[in-house]
Amino acid sequence: MTLMQKFLGAAATLALSAGAALAEPALIFDLGGKFDKSFNEAAFNGAQRWSQENGTSFREIELQSEAQREQALRRFAENGNNPIVMTGFAFGNVLGEVAPDYPDTKFAIIDMVVDAPNVRSVVFNEHEGSYLVGMLAAMASETGTVGFIGGMDIPLIRKFACGYAQGVKAVNPDATVIQNMTGTTPAAWNDPVKGSELTKAQISQGADVVYAAAGGTGVGVLQTAADEDILSIGVDSNQNYMHPGQVLTSMLKRVDNAVYDAMAAGPDLETGINVMGVGNGGVGYALDEHNAQLVTNDMQNAVDQAAEQIASGDLTVHDYMSDNSCPVN
Amino acid sequence: MDFLTLLQVLDSTVRLATPLLLACLAGLFSERAGIFDIGLEGKMLASAFFAAATAALTGSVWLGLLAGIASSMVLSAIHGLASITFRGNQLISGVAINFLAAGMTVLIAQDWFAQGGRTPSLMSGGRFEDITLPLAGTLAPVPIIGPIYAELISGHSILVYVAFLCVPATWWVLFRTRFGLRLRAVGEAPEAVDTAGVSVIGLRFAAVGICGLLCGLAGAYLATGLQAGFVKDMTAGRGYIALAALIFAKWRPWYALWACLLFGLLQAVALRYQNIDLGGIVIPVQFMDALPYILTVVILAGFVGKAIPPRAGGEPYVKER
Repeated sequence: MTLMQKFLGAAATLALSAGAALAEPALIFDLGGKFDKSFNEAAFNGAQRWSQENGTSFREIELQSEAQREQALRRFAENGNNPIVMTGFAFGNVLGEVAPDYPDTKFAIIDMVVDAPNVRSVVFNEHEGSYLVGMLAAMASETGTVGFIGGMDIPLIRKFACGYAQGVKAVNPDATVIQNMTGTTPAAWNDPVKGSELTKAQISQGADVVYAAAGGTGVGVLQTAADEDILSIGVDSNQNYMHPGQVLTSMLKRVDNAVYDAMAAGPDLETGINVMGVGNGGVGYALDEHNAQLVTNDMQNAVDQAAEQIASGDLTVHDYMSDNSCPVN
Repeated sequence: MDFLTLLQVLDSTVRLATPLLLACLAGLFSERAGIFDIGLEGKMLASAFFAAATAALTGSVWLGLLAGIASSMVLSAIHGLASITFRGNQLISGVAINFLAAGMTVLIAQDWFAQGGRTPSLMSGGRFEDITLPLAGTLAPVPIIGPIYAELISGHSILVYVAFLCVPATWWVLFRTRFGLRLRAVGEAPEAVDTAGVSVIGLRFAAVGICGLLCGLAGAYLATGLQAGFVKDMTAGRGYIALAALIFAKWRPWYALWACLLFGLLQAVALRYQNIDLGGIVIPVQFMDALPYILTVVILAGFVGKAIPPRAGGEPYVKER
């Protein structure tokens, strides 16, 4: 029996050391799946970029169910993968339990704060990016009325709305910002029909630029905006291509940069809260061949100037989540 | 609220009520024949996906519509097989269909189009365009009636008119034909129908088939009429609201029309006005969203007349041995 234990122990040590020697980074995608044309795909692109530049590989897994979260995390940690990057706030609780068990492994979680010594929590200053697209909206609007359509009514989406409204008012203090939330349940993220109706309602109230921060619901918003010949603004990833010439811009959340940074840092990953804002390329607005006609040089200059001011700290955009209120609306 | 705003809200009501109405009539046929159908949601979702996917691949909205109806009827056949032929529990079978549709649509969409469970946006030939009824332009300047005709009645996609025509058609089929009489009888007293020498199983399968057809129309309308493509879980609970409307309507076609229009109106008002200020009292938008369900519970509790479901509903028919 003791012999058996020794053998097992030796085998385990061997396996562990072999795993540790690899120390490949690992990436865990959330339930949306790797090619979701949004959040997870951006994470994948960042990892892919890192792997191509360094000629190394990384481990990855697409979750199929909630129950796999902890399992996947532990598998990678036991395997010696370091750092382990995961996308999405839904990992918060699980990581809080798992991280203390593997003090030598570094974890990076995106869009959530987990307080543990070996975890990097990446959060985005969505209000800053929304401020920039709000400025563009106000400059592109002819009626002086712009719209915002949020998904589920949660503080995070109010943060988008508040940043947007501040950007609009910065350009045109007399502008009206119509704000609507699609609903109060998770179904609000996937209801393009309601998104369309909200857009029509906002158009009839005079809005001629509509910003959608609503997941799948936003597809309906962008579609209706294009059908009714007004401008729309996409969110998270670059959605300009969806209706070329009719999407003013997209508020970009550079999840790819966050993943790239984490993987580039390797096992020496700096832990703690990592804020991705306008200053370090974490958020921004999209400019490509699809909307080049819509964004004039003057508009671009004004927004870039504001971005510089935000980066240097001369301009502060109020964060709704800091005190659950918005100075403008 | 001025007249134009009122028209816009009513216009929105018509669009939002149409999928509810089709799904509600679908449930009506099924439940009148004694087959409870929780799976309206799943059938609409499957139809929405296959309608959008086929329209995207072939560029023809009509082929999309056919594919949508076919997929919905396949799910209906599964429901029928489980609950009629094998006498399984109808609620469980319905729930299973919802899960099957929710998972299958996203999986196939990802495999075919690799766009995160979406279909590509449909171009003009792949969508049901709004049709302008004759004389809409000439009548528009006429006060009151003109705008109502031009804005509210004209300018919807063809499926909207089909849905509204389905109401009298359903009434006629159920209450004025031999088939309808037997169908209703099979939901109340299947043994009587059996004694008369009419096939209970055949009638129930026919009802479930009609249910699949109507759900198919509803799903296709969502994906190719209201929207230009499929998005995962895009039915967003409309199948359940349709069930609520069915109970609210006490399983009657004309009542179903009014129930669906009422629920559509509630949604339209909630979308137009986030918080309604009624002279001091502010009604939050959440209350408006919940109102269809609250009304249904009130009806079920028997406060406003009693809603009596078909007597043999939910029970598989077993011939006496």
